[in-house]
Amino acid sequence: MKGSWKKSLPWLHALLAVLLIAAFFGFAGWQLQHRWQWSRLLDYRSKFAFGFSMTVVISFFSLILSLLIGILAAMGKRSEILFLRYFATAYIELIRGTPLLVQTIFFFYFIGTAYRLNNRYIMGILILSVFSGAYVSEIIRSGLESIPSAQLETARSLCFTKQQTYRYIVIPQVSRIVLPPLTGQFASLIKDSSILSLIAVNEFTKNVQEVDSITFTSFENYILLAAGYLVLTLPISLITRHLERKMSYAN
Amino acid sequence: MQIKIEGLTKKFGTMAALDNLNLELEDISSLAVIGPSGGGKTTLLRILAGLEIPDAGTVIMNGKAIDFSSEQSLMAHRRRIAMVFQAYNLFPHLTAFDNITLPLIKTRGVSHEEAKSRAETLLRQLGLAEHMNHSPTQLSGGQKQRVAIARALSLQPEILLFDEPTSALDPEITAEILDVINALRNEGRNIILVTHEIGFARHACSHVAFVSEGQVATHGESETLYTDSDSDEFRRFISRIIGWKV
Ligand SMILES: Nc1ncnc2c1ncn2[C@@H]1O[C@H](COP(=O)(O)OP(=O)(O)OP(=O)(O)O)[C@@H](O)[C@H]1O
Ligand SMILES: [Mg+2]
Repeated sequence: MKGSWKKSLPWLHALLAVLLIAAFFGFAGWQLQHRWQWSRLLDYRSKFAFGFSMTVVISFFSLILSLLIGILAAMGKRSEILFLRYFATAYIELIRGTPLLVQTIFFFYFIGTAYRLNNRYIMGILILSVFSGAYVSEIIRSGLESIPSAQLETARSLCFTKQQTYRYIVIPQVSRIVLPPLTGQFASLIKDSSILSLIAVNEFTKNVQEVDSITFTSFENYILLAAGYLVLTLPISLITRHLERKMSYAN
Repeated sequence: MQIKIEGLTKKFGTMAALDNLNLELEDISSLAVIGPSGGGKTTLLRILAGLEIPDAGTVIMNGKAIDFSSEQSLMAHRRRIAMVFQAYNLFPHLTAFDNITLPLIKTRGVSHEEAKSRAETLLRQLGLAEHMNHSPTQLSGGQKQRVAIARALSLQPEILLFDEPTSALDPEITAEILDVINALRNEGRNIILVTHEIGFARHACSHVAFVSEGQVATHGESETLYTDSDSDEFRRFISRIIGWKV
């Protein structure tokens, strides 16, 4: 059977992939003659843990708020009131067209100062939510657009009101459709929260950077930092994959 | 049923889908609307269903004029009718059973028990007893259309509207659905049916209207229309279709 090796013994293939990645980084370590000092990190474990949980908390609240903003923006884009449509469009395009780094600095130092919003944590959550909300709204918008107009018309002919059509026909379907991309967006949100270290929000990246300035063990610190984010994003990634598969079976 | 349509006009842009269409029928039981593609059949049916607002003209059904002035008045009209679409238009996230009961409970204020019993009775009558809890993706085209018919019947409408209910089906399944519609007609239900099945129109519907270029080119009792119509266009249409039949 030609080509059968391409799929046989999956664990061997997995091992090969792991070995290749290990070799890649191993070579780098060997080239640099790096003396690993993992034990030094142990002294700072409570600081790491604090930063890590802060990242989880900030991501969680930003998720809730960005969902809210995303839903409102998606509704705005479909509103019959022209002003709301323009406003939502401007918001979405401005946010999606500029880097998060620029937005963070702009909102914190300019808007935050002008409007006397000086709590870094609240500002951090607001900045992340406003950023992520634009992407969430696009996810919701494409979900809404995937409902064929024939269904809306059928609902109309059956005498459903507009609200009933949303409640019983549109939302049950859209919520299932948007779930996989939304979990993916949540994973991005967690990673993007690292940029808040820039405005001295005491989250995971900031704490690791502080430890680094004491211990000068950058390799160890940043490997730990990457691993910390992976602990959060990998399970989400698996859930997303699972939901996507469930969706494609349902269709 | 009585239908009186006067000066009905509907434009899409500059193109008139219906162009001053008139039709007056008293005391008929079933009407088949036939005609060439793009002639305006669907547009006419959608106006009768209260889904489209005409640019001009009046429609009176059973003595009551359709009030096109507001969404509320259209809603009131829609309660009198039920529509079956070519593409079935079942809600994909609901089972066959829920497709029937949800509109009953939410838009007609029917109790859960009553909705349940209506759905069960109709699904059983239409041979769908085992498929009650299946979702539309698990049903064949013919089964989906039967669920759609059950949904329309459950609303106990004054008039049933069908827009090419068999166009998406195999010939064998088409015959099966036509049998269902014929049985409904025999029960004395008021039916308006847009169809390409000119044989069914002739033999199963009491009246036929031939719609072409946005007007009723000819109409009459189906018994006599096919033999006696003086519309050349109608005769050409019929002979062209019959030419390809066995
Ligand atoms: N929503 C619409 N927007 C623009 N044009 C439309 C619309 N609906 C119908 N039309 C046009 O109006 C004309 C009549 O269409 P209609 O669907 O009523 O024809 P029909 O007799 O049902 O045809 P068929 O047998 O192909 O279903 C066609 O030329 C069509 O292109
Ligand atoms: Mg049509």
